[in-house]
Amino acid sequence: MLEATEVAVEFASRGRRARAVDGVNLSIGAGEIVALVGESGCGKTTLARTLLGLERPTSGQVSYDGTPLSYTGRRLRAFRRQVQLVLQDPMGSLNPRQTVYEAVAEGPRIHGLPDEEEVVASALSRAGLRPPERFFLRYPHELSGGQRQRVVIAGALALSPKLLIADEPVASLDASVRGEILALLLRLRDELGLAALVVTHDLGLAWNIADRVAVMYLGRIVESGSTEEVLTNPQHPYTQALLSVLPESPQRIVLSGEPPDPTRIPTGCRFHPRCQLVAAGKGADACHTTPLPVLPPTTTGSEVACHLAQVPTPR
Amino acid sequence: MTATPPVSQPAVEALEETRARHGLLRYAATKAGGALVSIAMVIVATFFLFRLLPGDPVRALAQGRNMTPEQLDLERARLGLDKSLPEQFVQFVKQTLQFDLGTSYEYKRPVLDLIGERIGSTLLLTGTALVMAVSLGIWQGARAGWKPGSRFDKFSTAISLVLWSVPTFWLGLLLLMVFAAGVGPIPGVFPTRGISSVDAPEGFAYVLDVAQHMVLPCLTMVAVVYAQYLLVMRSSVLDEVGQDYITTARAKGLRDDDIRRRHAVPNALLPTVTLVFMRIGFVVGGAVTVEAIFSWPGLGQLFYEAIRVPDFTLMQGTFLLITASVIVMNTLADVVYHLLDPRVRSA
Repeated sequence: MLEATEVAVEFASRGRRARAVDGVNLSIGAGEIVALVGESGCGKTTLARTLLGLERPTSGQVSYDGTPLSYTGRRLRAFRRQVQLVLQDPMGSLNPRQTVYEAVAEGPRIHGLPDEEEVVASALSRAGLRPPERFFLRYPHELSGGQRQRVVIAGALALSPKLLIADEPVASLDASVRGEILALLLRLRDELGLAALVVTHDLGLAWNIADRVAVMYLGRIVESGSTEEVLTNPQHPYTQALLSVLPESPQRIVLSGEPPDPTRIPTGCRFHPRCQLVAAGKGADACHTTPLPVLPPTTTGSEVACHLAQVPTPR
Repeated sequence: MTATPPVSQPAVEALEETRARHGLLRYAATKAGGALVSIAMVIVATFFLFRLLPGDPVRALAQGRNMTPEQLDLERARLGLDKSLPEQFVQFVKQTLQFDLGTSYEYKRPVLDLIGERIGSTLLLTGTALVMAVSLGIWQGARAGWKPGSRFDKFSTAISLVLWSVPTFWLGLLLLMVFAAGVGPIPGVFPTRGISSVDAPEGFAYVLDVAQHMVLPCLTMVAVVYAQYLLVMRSSVLDEVGQDYITTARAKGLRDDDIRRRHAVPNALLPTVTLVFMRIGFVVGGAVTVEAIFSWPGLGQLFYEAIRVPDFTLMQGTFLLITASVIVMNTLADVVYHLLDPRVRSA
């Protein structure tokens, strides 16, 4: 449904060019929940913004239902109805001077939807705020964190989108509320067929909610596949390292080396300076010299971008 | 979500509403109380501050005429200046509390009457200048802050700051020279002094005449002060630009201009509104410098003349009025801020 093809996004940073996203293929099918996992600064938020059309790719393209995204007003606006955004901090995502009703009604007003009040009420109740009328005149600061995030989700739902892009949707919420919001996303998928791209650094979250996982490192997706494949049988040393720090993991892999810098992408495999296998002397020459190809978008099999991993068998 | 309270929902909401209203009243009462204390202190300060000025009003009023010491003493007794300072002070406080500001030494008329005559022209000039400076500042500031670093931003910020740094009297005299007296090929199109021509026409022509007299003083005042509105507005819009709700609105498909108008500017207006209210207080005081340069018959000029004597009662009266209006407007600014911002409202 939503597809990124060879997308690269560059920023000028202190005279140097930072490639925040450096060639990414990613596709999200209808009704599918995909988790985009990676550490801070790996480009996952930039990728999400690019998928939303908030950022224009330097090269490559984003397409929706096979049509490349157009960045001119009218058609971009039509696209915006289909793909909606949920951000990490619900307090910041809501205008503090707007009531819940105003916040949720904004989308329908922009797009001129009829029966505004009904749309707002149904969006609120689908987001779990019932009875909706009780919340109409509330201000964001009068609500709890979980309720605020529900209002943000209701604001997105009011446009009946096909896809939700959620950037760390529960990272700023209490643990107990976290589960409720995740359950809400799953319920919306079941009831409305709403697909979602969940951007997170939390593998546990990916495990709980996602059908597929894409692991991102320094602007590239280094491993992708079904959640179970990737998280129980990780092929890429980076994914293995990420998983090893979960509490239930028997042994921790601590990555050494400098944190990645998108203005200086290493030669060869971009992960090799921090790779625990290379550090243990198990690396190959190719790790230092040969760049890896960009992974193709998958909706079924698993892919891994590593010289040392076995060629993935089609599953 | 929270557990259902034992009281029915409408009852809870009604309760919260009354509580919020009481909160506002209590807040306003606290602020008003604070303002009253400030005004009381100003009354005390006013009296003693002006007694520190050099010069003897009686001698100044005699204007070099030969007067015997007995005559001077008589005059002093008439003005009440023969009594001891504490006695004079008690007298002053008593009168002030009865809204009697005394009689001017120089004009020999009640200070309140003098103020009444002058306040209209001051309000006209400073009020117009304030409205113009605020509109100009907010408009430019909002645009500059929305696209920081743009050509518009650099240009408007730089110009406003240059004008802000220029001394008022210098700019005023320059404008007088160029546009009222005329320099070289530029004819003097604007009058040099006063609020209206001596042979002032009637009706609409009179309005035009006053407007023409107002152009230069107004221009001077606007040019010198609008930078503060621009900068406050610019920085508060800048604060909003990076906010998540701006991104959310954009993702919903709202046009850039609409995001600025509907989200960024209303939120950014709060600090500016406070500033504007504080400035309204100063409107009453007028601008002493501008009124003096353009011989504008307002309170500022009245105060300026009173200092030269020194005309104690007139100074006390005008000063008290000016300070009191600043204090009252500051208090109002607090209350208005409270009403405008829902976050503060319930706190």
